[in-house]
Amino acid sequence: MNQQNILEVKNLNMIYTTLEGNVNAVNDLSFEIKKGSSFGLVGESGCGKTSVAMTLMQLQADNAKIVSGNILFDGQEMVGLNEKDLRKIRWGGISIVFQGAMNAWNPVIKVGEQIREAIREHYPENTRSENTNKINTLFKMVGLEPEVADRYPHELSGGMKQRAVIALSLSCDPKLIIADEPTTALDVVIQDQILKEIKKVQDDLGLSLIYISHDIAVIAEMTDYMAVMYAGRIVETGKTKDIFKNPKHSYTRMLLDSTPSIIGDKKMLKSLDGEPPSLMDNFSGCSFAPRCPEPSENCSSGNAEMGLIKVGDGHFADKCCVECG
Amino acid sequence: MKNNIIEVKNLTKYFEVSGGIFQKKNIVKAVDDVSFFIPQGESLGLVGQSGCGKTTTARTLTLLEEKTSGSVNVYNSKTNLLESIDNMDEDQLKDFRRNIQMIFQDPYEAMNPRWTIKDTIREPLLIHNLGSPEEQEEAVKEILKTVGLTPPENYLNRYPHELSGGQRQRVAIARALIMKPKFVICDEPTSMLDVSIRISIMDLMLELAKDLGVSYLYITHDLAVARYMCNRIAVMFNGKIVEIAETEELLKNPVHPYTKRLISSIPVPDPTYERKVYNINFDEIDTLIQKHGSEKPMIDIGNEHYIATHDVKGLI
Amino acid sequence: MTEVNTLKESRKENLKKNFNRFKQSKIGMTGLVIVILFGVLAILQPLLFLSGIWDYKTYDPVVGYDAEKYIAEVVVCPDEYPNERYAERKECPGRNEVTLISVKPYNPGIKEGDTIERFRQPAEPSGKHLLGTDSLGRDVFSQIMEGSQVAFILGLLSATLSVVISTILGSIAAYFGGFIDSYLMRQSDLLLMLPSLPLLFIISAFTELQVWHLALVLGILGGLGGSVITIKSQALQVKVKPFVDSARITGGSRMNILFSHILPNVAPLALLFMVFGVTGAIASESVLSFLGLLNIDMSWGLMISVSQADGYINQGLTYWWLVIPAGLSVTLLAGGFYLVGRGLDDVFNPRLRKR
Repeated sequence: MNQQNILEVKNLNMIYTTLEGNVNAVNDLSFEIKKGSSFGLVGESGCGKTSVAMTLMQLQADNAKIVSGNILFDGQEMVGLNEKDLRKIRWGGISIVFQGAMNAWNPVIKVGEQIREAIREHYPENTRSENTNKINTLFKMVGLEPEVADRYPHELSGGMKQRAVIALSLSCDPKLIIADEPTTALDVVIQDQILKEIKKVQDDLGLSLIYISHDIAVIAEMTDYMAVMYAGRIVETGKTKDIFKNPKHSYTRMLLDSTPSIIGDKKMLKSLDGEPPSLMDNFSGCSFAPRCPEPSENCSSGNAEMGLIKVGDGHFADKCCVECG
Repeated sequence: MKNNIIEVKNLTKYFEVSGGIFQKKNIVKAVDDVSFFIPQGESLGLVGQSGCGKTTTARTLTLLEEKTSGSVNVYNSKTNLLESIDNMDEDQLKDFRRNIQMIFQDPYEAMNPRWTIKDTIREPLLIHNLGSPEEQEEAVKEILKTVGLTPPENYLNRYPHELSGGQRQRVAIARALIMKPKFVICDEPTSMLDVSIRISIMDLMLELAKDLGVSYLYITHDLAVARYMCNRIAVMFNGKIVEIAETEELLKNPVHPYTKRLISSIPVPDPTYERKVYNINFDEIDTLIQKHGSEKPMIDIGNEHYIATHDVKGLI
Repeated sequence: MTEVNTLKESRKENLKKNFNRFKQSKIGMTGLVIVILFGVLAILQPLLFLSGIWDYKTYDPVVGYDAEKYIAEVVVCPDEYPNERYAERKECPGRNEVTLISVKPYNPGIKEGDTIERFRQPAEPSGKHLLGTDSLGRDVFSQIMEGSQVAFILGLLSATLSVVISTILGSIAAYFGGFIDSYLMRQSDLLLMLPSLPLLFIISAFTELQVWHLALVLGILGGLGGSVITIKSQALQVKVKPFVDSARITGGSRMNILFSHILPNVAPLALLFMVFGVTGAIASESVLSFLGLLNIDMSWGLMISVSQADGYINQGLTYWWLVIPAGLSVTLLAGGFYLVGRGLDDVFNPRLRKR
């Protein structure tokens, strides 16, 4: 494993077993995250990004199965690791801010107490006052008053709950934080504050960050590197700046062209027909071909060879699009 | 000077929330002295964050909720005049119900899950007793084609759960437009759809607006979407409209501190762009109020650009 | 989507999908099997008679008669056990013996050691009578089947009545609110407090309760009672859905919305209640006929009642076919409907589904 990377995912394949058949949630996924950087994972609903997040924490659903592949965290292989060691990594090495995390609080326990529980799990030797200090420091970092620890979740506003969730994710000094759409359901003004908060915390503590979202505007502002997912696969990855300036995959281009913006000239935006494919089908070739606005013959006939190839410094895109684009 | 399709003046909607047996009732001013108008064929965006009162405004305009005070005048297609929604007689009410429709945020919840698509789209015709069953079916097929669900026969007998989100919203649009209303209120119709599908729905709505001469009151929390869909934008905060102007004017020259705050919080899909940070101060507003006087709730600063004079200092 | 679907085909598809989901539930399928079994029994009886396999004289559950003649020895049961003839008290009188006390009133000159002609009733199960006969020589199996008919008719009748009433009332309470709602809720509270069985006892003191009466009373009591509250809460959820708003905006009348939107969406829950209602009805009927409060010719409760009155229950398992089949039937059928209800719950309540 490259020492500069905090996380390396290699050829990950994950399925969900259901009554109606297997769902190929994650197909041949590979990416790396450099220490201290922020990495964006962008895609629409059902593309597999939340599955990836859950798998990285090894918190996947009961009917999820990692078929093959490696997840290397700070040099340690996570796939196949026993529960005891996994628990050390979970929260202490990698922590997560869930989608809808605001609702992840137990309504009958005070906020501070819930954070204390998490800390106790990983640092059983700490005294009570040490933990209190830690919580106060965390709260200060995310912009909360220390009194918030004595409140119940329903007494906090949405924005405050979200900040508390971030504090919770930092409580065991993780090295990598996964933020899965942490600002859905928040007002844009509060979202802005939270995002700034996350960035500040990341800089102060030197953390690595995976930011998962369907909103490419947020990805543009928050991340140094990114990957675009479609139907369980990564179709393009590289430096955020490069991808926005020079998108190589049709889907990436469509995403960029279909986002309304308040700056710049008002232009007609492009849209995509159809729906993302069902992940239960085994399709040959490019899964995006049915919706691609300019498919090549290879793409349409399902004969396209898949696989990321290099198109620039650190910039990779799916072979089929690069060659026909 | 175009005819207006709707004129709203000093609209208020208060809710009483009881504070318990021994406490007096609290009044929540969900909509507080809201005024705006929409010319025929144009669209107004109502932009604000959750809880600002935009949905309540929509509900009072459609009579789902009773307004507390204020006047709402809506275009009546028979008399060609704007008529008040208070004390409408049977004919007026009928015309009102045909001319105003609403499209909701959640495409799935907006349809009866036990009804077929045909039933859902046909309901307005049934309620207003228009046409024979054969004529109604023809009308349904026509509107299905118009919203892009072709061939219509494939959709008539399906149930909502068999369609995708984008298709469901098209059905909602079909149902809203089947009686050719003049005014459609859209309450965040694309926020629950996938990003790549949103544009196709919005483009459809724009096209239909042009072809059928429909005006929209487009409610959204996303200023970028409002920009795409509307000629003018009204910014709402805390039950009040704080600024109304033409879209590009508002985005280039925001005057009210809240509008400035809003615009500067929106992330931009360009990693090289430095967001414009507005200095939020109230001096500019105070000067304007002094200049124009504070009796009217909204000051006209020229160029069809209106600013609210309400005191919002403590709230922003 | 390329195929053209007619409305009927679409509905059939929907039904099939729901049935497949129901099949997933082992509980539901078990219940369904039990219910179908008893349904078959109910239908089987008239078929057997009509086809001539059974003749009314022998197999009619109420007035049939069939008993085997046998010769019995008259004995006197001693006071102390064990003795030379019997090891335990319950062995006297034996299978082909009869006590002097029981025959003396009808045969004054008889004495110990004499033989007398007797008819075997009740008789144990045999090839001719699968569950034996009761003390009046009537075929028990036929009685079980008759009881099955009663249970089904009574159960379904009262449950349907109860469901129709509670659905309409619950939807009205939810949709109109205000005074109507308050009144209906207080009415439900009142009825919830009323214990139904004692009420039935009281009613039976005033009039002779027949099966129809029972169905009516159970149906109305059930319909006005607690299920109104549950239906109302479901209807309230439907009432605030955007499609109801949509109908209102388009100008739909309140009645229109109530019947075309609210009721159909409340119906699945109501169906569930109906199934549970059948369980209650069957149980109530058994209790009432066991206590002799029901004017009915034959039912499972009555079978047990008769056995108890004749003292056969006290004899332990010796005359098991007079007690166990009837009791088991009540339990199984009532339970079977309940299990079906639980299985249906899985189908109609997507949140409970595992996958």
